[in-house]
Amino acid sequence: MTENKIYLDYAATTPVDPRVTKAMLPYFSKKFGNTMSLHSFGQEAKQALEESREMVADLMGAKPNGIIFTSSATESNNLVLKGIAFANKAKGRHIIISSIEHPCIMESAKWLETQGFEITRLKVDKYGFVNPDDVKKAIKKETILVSIIHASNEIGTIQPIEEIGKICKDYNPPTTLPAEGGAPRVYFHTDATQSFGKIPIDVNKMNIDLLSASSHKMYGPKGVGCLFVREGTKIEPILHGGGHEGGLRSSTVNVPGIVGFAEACKICKMEMKKEAQRLTKLRDKLIKGILKKIEDVHLNGNPKKRLPNNANFWFSFVEGESLVIQLDLLGIAASTGSACATVKLEPSHVLLAIGLKPQEAHGSLRLTLGRWTKEKDIDYVLKVLPGIIKKLREISPLKK
Amino acid sequence: MKIYSKEIIKHFKNPKNVGKIKDPDGVGEAGNLICGDVMKLYLKIGKNKEGEKIIKDIKFETLGCVVAIANTSLLTTMIKGKKLEDALKIEKEDLIKRLGQPLPPIKIHCSILAVDALKEAIYDYYLKNKIPIPQELKKEHQGIIKTREEIEKKYKGFTIFEEEILRK
Repeated sequence: MTENKIYLDYAATTPVDPRVTKAMLPYFSKKFGNTMSLHSFGQEAKQALEESREMVADLMGAKPNGIIFTSSATESNNLVLKGIAFANKAKGRHIIISSIEHPCIMESAKWLETQGFEITRLKVDKYGFVNPDDVKKAIKKETILVSIIHASNEIGTIQPIEEIGKICKDYNPPTTLPAEGGAPRVYFHTDATQSFGKIPIDVNKMNIDLLSASSHKMYGPKGVGCLFVREGTKIEPILHGGGHEGGLRSSTVNVPGIVGFAEACKICKMEMKKEAQRLTKLRDKLIKGILKKIEDVHLNGNPKKRLPNNANFWFSFVEGESLVIQLDLLGIAASTGSACATVKLEPSHVLLAIGLKPQEAHGSLRLTLGRWTKEKDIDYVLKVLPGIIKKLREISPLKK
Repeated sequence: MKIYSKEIIKHFKNPKNVGKIKDPDGVGEAGNLICGDVMKLYLKIGKNKEGEKIIKDIKFETLGCVVAIANTSLLTTMIKGKKLEDALKIEKEDLIKRLGQPLPPIKIHCSILAVDALKEAIYDYYLKNKIPIPQELKKEHQGIIKTREEIEKKYKGFTIFEEEILRK
């Protein structure tokens, strides 16, 4: 990490852990083989790939053959929505998502609407929770997929995934899987990009059929993601070609990236419990401090049921982009849901979904902690943030 | 790559002419809370040696993004002491040029707002003092009002909140 700078945007991306880099290095120039080659170079690469698959599967309690490596969580999510839609459209064309999904789910769903699919977008409460009863009510005969984000990338709210998964599972006839000639079913997918590696996940216990995750959010390299696909799931590929990854994702396999992802999973598994406790403490100190030291500030999301590393606020009479740049000038990296910080000039759909008005969403600030966040970093933020807010409010025509 | 030029950051870090003017001769407002930018300009009008009307003092308040704040600050430094008729000639392109970098298209809006606020302030001054308003300025004023009404229509309900705050 760059010295003298405080990085509090771990939800955007994380630095690669040096242990991960070390694990990856041999796979660039020395063990560079193509996993599809028959010779020893290929075998070596193939072995690394399969060992990596086991390590990634292990962190979510899945069988290794359920893991498909992709290039990103965006790709995984696209594959789920489009792949399930096209493989199961004979049964029905109805898909249920929440209104606070990541843009890659929102946009894939929007595109599917143009292809004749029906999308239900479930409302959330003021904390961002999906009500499992709403899922139950929304499922109908034509429903083929329910996709709910595990933990919000913006406000950190952790959904009752196990309960929602059970609703989908209970809806399905207790017959064999479609691949074995059983009845078609409602698949349950969760986008676990922000939660994987941070909080415990067990795909069996949580009744998950499909799960997306990303390496670069958990101290692995960028350009690698994965999708868990439960055995027997009817799904079509998006990328057709040489038949890699069980035919679901053709492309020469990114071995160094995948080895890094696997190492990152191994480290997260070892350190998760302690790290979650440490970050929760720092997060709560940050939240408490900001709410105490600054007037007219509100916490977005639930105070308790949120990711250990996520804090999100909105400040009255302040615009988020200005706030982020002021913080950056003082060496603190943060993020905002303000429209001015986007290419679309629209405030965050997540903040609007939890009931914030556009002008409130403009004043939002997300601080996300991580492996190299120290208590002194939090102290520094608490020291300088009140002054920055004061300064911005002083030049605002709407100050009290 | 830096997102913003030195000039933008300079004005953003230390904005010039921030605040209100007591008993201003003209006040102009532009933007709205829903879009995230609200600007207010206060003018004090005086005369130069030749007896022509000049902007004797100017202050501003902005709630908005980096470019919005930098723009308004820059604008005030450009027109302080200038003749009213010259101030009216300032266009958004003049601001953009001075900011020293091509602005991303979505930020050009911020430059328009600063110029709008200035035109509204001068319009307000003319109106209050029963000075004949140039045709061009009248047109511009109507355009600004129209845009505001369109946004209000689009976001009905949200604007009520805005008015409440402004009244405080």
